[in-house]
Amino acid sequence: MNKTWVTPGGVHPPENKLQSVTQSIGQLPIPETLVIPLSQHIGAAAIPCVEIGQAVLKGQVIAKPAGVVSIPMHAPTSGTVSAIEHRPIAHSSGMLAPCIEITSDNADTWIEHQGISDYEHISPAKLVEMVGNAGISGMGGAGFPSAVKLNPGRQRPIDTLIVNATECEPYITADDSAIRERAGEIVEGIKILSAILGHPSHIMIGIEDNKPEAIEALAPHVEGTGISVVVFPTKYPSGGEKQLIYILTGKELPSGKLPADIGMVCINIGTTYAIKRAIIDGEPLVSRVTTVTGDAVGIQRNYDTLIGTPVSHLLTHNKYDQQAGGRVVMGGPMMGFTLPSAEVPIVKTTNCILAPSYAEIPDDEPAQPCIRCGMCAEACPASLLPQQLFWYAQAQDHERLEAHNLFDCIECGACSYVCPSNIPLVQYYRAAKGEIRHAQDEKVKADHARERFEFHKERIEQAEREKEEKRAARREAALKAKANPPTADKTDGASGSKAEAKPSSSAADIIAAAQARAAAKQASPEDQQAKLERTIAATEQRLIVAEEKLAEAIASDSDKQAVFSAAVENTRQKLQQSKTKLAELTA
Amino acid sequence: MAFKQVTSPHAHSAQSTSKVMQLVIWATVPGILALTWQFGWGSLINVVIASVTALICEAIVVKMRGRSVAFYLSDYSALVTALLLALSLPPLAPWWIIVVGTVFSIVVAKQLYGGLGYNPFNPAMVGYVVLLISFPIQMTTWVAPLALLPEGISHPGLVESLQIVFGSINPVDGVTGATPLDMFKHSSGLLVDQVYEREPLFNLAMFAGAGWEWVNIAFLAGGLILLSNRIFTWHGPLGMLGALALMSVIFYDSGSSTSPGTPMMHLFSGASMFGAFFILTDPVSSAVSNRGRLIYGALIGVLVYIIRAWGNYPDAVAFAVLIANFAAPFIDNYTLPRTYGHTDRRRATEKEEGQ
Repeated sequence: MNKTWVTPGGVHPPENKLQSVTQSIGQLPIPETLVIPLSQHIGAAAIPCVEIGQAVLKGQVIAKPAGVVSIPMHAPTSGTVSAIEHRPIAHSSGMLAPCIEITSDNADTWIEHQGISDYEHISPAKLVEMVGNAGISGMGGAGFPSAVKLNPGRQRPIDTLIVNATECEPYITADDSAIRERAGEIVEGIKILSAILGHPSHIMIGIEDNKPEAIEALAPHVEGTGISVVVFPTKYPSGGEKQLIYILTGKELPSGKLPADIGMVCINIGTTYAIKRAIIDGEPLVSRVTTVTGDAVGIQRNYDTLIGTPVSHLLTHNKYDQQAGGRVVMGGPMMGFTLPSAEVPIVKTTNCILAPSYAEIPDDEPAQPCIRCGMCAEACPASLLPQQLFWYAQAQDHERLEAHNLFDCIECGACSYVCPSNIPLVQYYRAAKGEIRHAQDEKVKADHARERFEFHKERIEQAEREKEEKRAARREAALKAKANPPTADKTDGASGSKAEAKPSSSAADIIAAAQARAAAKQASPEDQQAKLERTIAATEQRLIVAEEKLAEAIASDSDKQAVFSAAVENTRQKLQQSKTKLAELTA
Repeated sequence: MAFKQVTSPHAHSAQSTSKVMQLVIWATVPGILALTWQFGWGSLINVVIASVTALICEAIVVKMRGRSVAFYLSDYSALVTALLLALSLPPLAPWWIIVVGTVFSIVVAKQLYGGLGYNPFNPAMVGYVVLLISFPIQMTTWVAPLALLPEGISHPGLVESLQIVFGSINPVDGVTGATPLDMFKHSSGLLVDQVYEREPLFNLAMFAGAGWEWVNIAFLAGGLILLSNRIFTWHGPLGMLGALALMSVIFYDSGSSTSPGTPMMHLFSGASMFGAFFILTDPVSSAVSNRGRLIYGALIGVLVYIIRAWGNYPDAVAFAVLIANFAAPFIDNYTLPRTYGHTDRRRATEKEEGQ
């Protein structure tokens, strides 16, 4: 029995998990059209590599990764590409994003694929590459590209592999049912991960005690493997990465650090299944288990859902009654977000579609004033003071917010859950974080502008000084000339003509120099080509650096993500421009 | 299909601010019963007058501020303030004392600062202190507890009590008397043991002061109900009672003639338990973090003892609470909890200081 640690705070919302596990994981008919967003993960959006009208097979790559922190997309079924355009996606803002639409041919024909069984004899780097090529990103929530997480080129060896089977959000049973039915394959996936990470000394599956069937299903498969199944009491949000690390190891992940920095890798159990399918079966990630639940749907069940399936397809097949409930949530009731419409597709991170009835989740009551009762602070798993954060968020006091560690808030929603005054606390924190990030960006911009201005001013002053010096020198020369009147005074005409000739000759010099410069610019095509090639090489180098920076920023959840991703985009455009020019030149 | 857009979390616990306030009201019932049993109808009459006044004041001010009267009255916070003030006032005090105190609590101390959640001082204690300073005679005339009434005299009945409160008759001699804290304040020259022997207020009591100990036990019971319902944490009350006990042990002076009294007398007299569980636990005007509330409570405990032992007023909870209210934001700056993933606690002011 492994020792476990108890996290502070936490809440016990009604679990509501039983209703969706009465039946096994189901299969739905293939929808007529599937919509695959190009960005389902953290990092750069994939780049389409198919054309409209092109026939594709199930598992065929339809979009290629754009850089290191990116993943490819695969056709979830066979059919034809019917659109490449902006569509509504699963985002709380209701924004549109580039997607590829595939019209199914209903044949569901797989592309030729092959897995490998003796992964022990394959280099970790090759295995990581296979994981990347299979388009796997974390399936628990954030959607971080798994290949980046498993990248072996790190300084610190990994001694602990934590598999997150907590599934602490109410209602969701996707991981639970997957473990019940696929424990063997999941454990196989964990073994592959272990091989990739150089066999860490501790491998733990963290699971809450409200999933006895899953725990039982895992037991025979982990026997003798060195993998331990660690069971701990159910409490929300035990499944948060930081919380789970503490529960299982008693160590805290230092603020702003990644698990890898303390020798750990934390991976969702659904992702381990996808990794097994990718390596052993050679199948890319084209489907996932999604829970369809809530009292507004007639059938509450888990489905093996194709990525790109419109939510409407799931709702219709499960007898959704729109009169019964007002919101449809992607994810759970604590951290999930409401969908703008039923047309948005299921993505790689969609573990649940929750359609609650009004009785289950009534409309929010108006917020009452905060009386600083402190129930939120008792519930906070990060030991923050939510009531103070709320106070300072309202006052837009950024300094106090940062001193109160606003950026350590994981937005789990425990504070809002317990708030007797119904204050949407998490929303205030999201807004405040956005404001602070924006203010920091603005500050960077302002600093940059100020530096430029100061440089400009300095240059002008410099020029002014030089002019002044020249003037002084001339004045001095003139004085000297006056003091010792030269004999040339008498030969007035000659000196005068000289004085006239000098400026004209210097003007001619300037023109000649300018012409020479222009001529130099009009270099030979060979020179131009060489120059362009040099530019391309340099830009490529810059792109790599920029992408690395972006990866770092994303990994550390830094505020500069936007800045770096803009830089990557910029560099990529420049590269493209140079390449086009080169093509024109050589053509 | 278009759906409603709502931010997470979607699930909410069933707790609400008005339920919290109602629970606080219910938790005062043992205290009200004990007060009525030991001191007659006076406290109940106080409660009724204060509640009616508070609701009227709250409604008028909320209306003037252009807010929804029904929404703000249904949070029960005005009733809680009225109740807490009414229970601190002497039973059978004239009606206008209660009205003036309640108006001041609700209108000035609460609504003028922005209403519920924005008052820096405990409204009930502001009302109490205004009354204590303005009308010291009415405010320090307490009814004698049941056990101390002279033979043949009982507490006035309900009708008679109402007549006293509304000024048409005066209370019978012997119905009023000193409180245990008064007694000790004015008994220098006697050893503690001698005071206990001589005064029926003490020798008719179990361990503190006749009648008063029951009132304190009842408020302690009500406070424990709130504690077990997690309306507040143990930090504030324990801080105050712990500090009060510690101070009274240190300065007990082995029962000499200058001793301010036994620890038990201090814990179970006056407003000790009422203050610890119903007054300093007002979250709005107290410190926010658990460590902050422990310090805040301890500060009140120390101040209560200092004012009781060496100050001019026999009881001191109201003054101590108001002084600590001043200190609460300062305490908050230095008592942030250690956040997950950080090695040290931070200070709320570190950014400002760093510049």
